[in-house]
Amino acid sequence: MAKLEQQLKGIMRWVDDRLPVTETYEKHMSKYYAPKNFNIWYIFGVLSFVVLVNQLLTGIWLTMSYTPTGEGAFKSIEYIMRDVEYGWLLRYMHSTGASAFFVVVYLHMFRGLMYGSYQKPRELIWVFGMLIYLALMAEGFFGYLLPWGNMSYWGAQVIVSLAGAIPVVGDSLAVWVRGDFNMSGITLNRFFALHVVAVPIVLLVLVVLHILALHEVGSNNPDGVDIKKHLDEDGKPLDGIPFHPYYTIGHDVPAIIMFLIIFSAVMFFFPDGGGYLLEHPNYEPADPLKTPNLIAPVWYYTPYYSMLRAATFPLFGMTAKFWGLVVMAGAIAILFVVPWLDKSPVKSMRYKGLPSKLFLTAFVICFFILGYLGTVHPTPMRTIVAQICTAIYFAFFLLMPWYTSVEKTKPVPDRVT
Amino acid sequence: MSDEGINEPRRNFLIGATSVIGLAGVVGVAIPFIGSWNPSAKALAAGAPIRVDISRMEPGDILGPIPAWRDKPVFIVKRTDEMLAGLNSKTSRLADPDSLEDQQPEYARNESRSIRPDVLVLIGICTHLGCSPKFKPEVAPQEFDPEWVGGFYCPCHGSKFDMSGRVYSGVPAPTNLEVPPYYYEDDSVLVIGEDKGVA
Amino acid sequence: MLKTILIPLTLLLAAMGVQASEAGYPLDHMEPDVHDQPSLQRGMQTYMNYCMGCHSLQYQRYKRTADDLGIPDALMLEHLVFDPATKIGDLITNNMSTENAKKWFGAAPPDLTLHNNLKGGPDWIYTYLRTFYADSKRPLGVNNLVFENVGMPHALVGLQGTQNYVCKQVPRLAANGGGMRDPLTDEYITEELCGNELVERGYNPLELVEGSGSLSVAEYDQVVYDLANFLYYMAEPARLERTRVGWYVLLFLAFFYVFAWLLGREYHKAFHK
Repeated sequence: MAKLEQQLKGIMRWVDDRLPVTETYEKHMSKYYAPKNFNIWYIFGVLSFVVLVNQLLTGIWLTMSYTPTGEGAFKSIEYIMRDVEYGWLLRYMHSTGASAFFVVVYLHMFRGLMYGSYQKPRELIWVFGMLIYLALMAEGFFGYLLPWGNMSYWGAQVIVSLAGAIPVVGDSLAVWVRGDFNMSGITLNRFFALHVVAVPIVLLVLVVLHILALHEVGSNNPDGVDIKKHLDEDGKPLDGIPFHPYYTIGHDVPAIIMFLIIFSAVMFFFPDGGGYLLEHPNYEPADPLKTPNLIAPVWYYTPYYSMLRAATFPLFGMTAKFWGLVVMAGAIAILFVVPWLDKSPVKSMRYKGLPSKLFLTAFVICFFILGYLGTVHPTPMRTIVAQICTAIYFAFFLLMPWYTSVEKTKPVPDRVT
Repeated sequence: MSDEGINEPRRNFLIGATSVIGLAGVVGVAIPFIGSWNPSAKALAAGAPIRVDISRMEPGDILGPIPAWRDKPVFIVKRTDEMLAGLNSKTSRLADPDSLEDQQPEYARNESRSIRPDVLVLIGICTHLGCSPKFKPEVAPQEFDPEWVGGFYCPCHGSKFDMSGRVYSGVPAPTNLEVPPYYYEDDSVLVIGEDKGVA
Repeated sequence: MLKTILIPLTLLLAAMGVQASEAGYPLDHMEPDVHDQPSLQRGMQTYMNYCMGCHSLQYQRYKRTADDLGIPDALMLEHLVFDPATKIGDLITNNMSTENAKKWFGAAPPDLTLHNNLKGGPDWIYTYLRTFYADSKRPLGVNNLVFENVGMPHALVGLQGTQNYVCKQVPRLAANGGGMRDPLTDEYITEELCGNELVERGYNPLELVEGSGSLSVAEYDQVVYDLANFLYYMAEPARLERTRVGWYVLLFLAFFYVFAWLLGREYHKAFHK
């Protein structure tokens, strides 16, 4: 036994001299010190990684039976659902996983906003995170066209037509993106390539950068205090604990299983989520002559879709359509600069003043209301609500430099609580 | 960070138990991924048994290769009396003259390797590397064999089989050509792809 | 903080359960049961006899259906498949050409493999097939409450019989919402209502012409139930396997969680040093 151990150590040394395996393992796992006071909000990063793996694996397997052509796509989905052994399971894992991805990413982003995880020195982590979010939205958008159902078709039609709102080049840009004058098999082909090859590569690179940047400066925590200020005699943070095994086994594994229980319950018993995860009109093949009664994007885009529709009047000589695009793009773009909008001396919402708390609450409520409104028909009343919520959404960000600098903050403790 | 006061045996037991369950979980997750590579219902449907009418075949005729059972190229040969008589003449040159290897259903484990002696049903895939052998019925010296008495010859790597699909010794192919499951629905209709009484 | 998220989420979920047809006619609810093989078999029989001529089930195979419905292959080919060239592994297609169909009906009859999911459940077809009524203004002489100006003939009219769109004498509504009664005779005071007004008050605006169909109302409802149940199965044949596997997976995960949690707790002790 001891001899075997000696041999294994010898092999490890041989490898380490050539590739820093042990060093990397220590840096990112066993000697990565994470604050001791993580709470439930700190699980969503790990969970999004779990979902990413699920999406990659099931995605690869789905391409094995999927046909990326206008004639064959819809049929091949049903082929997967009926003829391929366990095809239904692979597909539901992928479709439910797409929604789960956004659930955990939204919660992860909210955690960041709540505890100021974007503040100095973590600006780059936040920016990489936002790029991941953007790539994820692109991935979801391209992927949604692939079943070639009628909702896939018209949803993509609407979003691509948005490009037409850009002055001068808009219309030719939309044609260029589609590769045709209408959505067609040609568009499907290129979206397929983007969905299964291009965007996943970008996504993986960004995930690596996100984690490298995080491990460079260390994790934030619910108190927003710097654990590196208090070190023990070995130079280890007093309020920190090695990520592995204490967080991985102590926290993450049970939490991942709990997540899998919820995920499985939805996937096995409500795979279409009452028409929210898989929309009813998508059960008929794409028909360029028949628009579904209500075109609603999948739930994870609906807040932005609401904002797009909330722009109902022309301004400064530009059309309402143009402003819709601006509002929608702006709503996403503004997320990138949050680290520079927050002027507060404290990180965590725990020690920020009442205005910050009220704005964050209003922001979350509005995000939900916008999300709901995006799934239903617009009425004059709903449009007004959407406009108010859009205003609050932007106010949360645009007024942030003001309210975070004037509000009275509570004293931040020296050590984590 | 010390691990004092940790109950070692308990922790080790739990690590073991959780690992075993986790491993079982991984195996479980692997099932759909592995299972989805099995032939799909579409492939199975394409490989369903087919019915072939052989009433118009004259002695000496060959039908095929027809894509039959599992889309494999199937040969049907209506052998002449001379061909049948010749089956016994050169058994010393055959590797498995009595069809001991399981390359045929039980009902075809006989000299003619068929149900009805005159009608031979074979899968036309060389047991060497999967080429399709050529039917060479002439009893005449050939380039590849000066003492040829008729049979199948694989152009890819020179494997030779007799009029029952039995492999010659000293050729790359290790076993006789495979006989698919089949039965006679009536005198003239052959069902290839399943044994009698299955459906 | 969690509450601010959960409350709107619950509201959102509550808003999901809306059920009405495009024409606004409230759908009758039916509880499908994919375990009920006799019902599914009868449903398939009705489908093959009355629907299949125009509506294919082109994404599904006979073989799979036979296996799931507990019908032996030979029996299925003999009694439920009318084209002798059809093999058990084939897709359930028909020979109607799209061109002809468009000429005859104005639109090609849709494939119905996924119809149940397209309509979000079996209620639509269950109501639709029971709400045809005679309408001389329509080219085919029939109209439908669920699908206004429908282009399809009532294929099951021989079973159900003819229904007419009628006006009915119904009790006048009292101020308290109940039926208004004559204080002297204690009988309801009635009023004549027609069409949508009847629907709003919860009455069926259709009346069956006595004896015009070969089945009683209850028998006909059963036929339609079986058919809707069959299409419910058809939209997702994996449903049975899905829920079965789902329970195993949940049980396994719950078991796994117990051990992972116990193990996690061992490591968690280190946090409090």
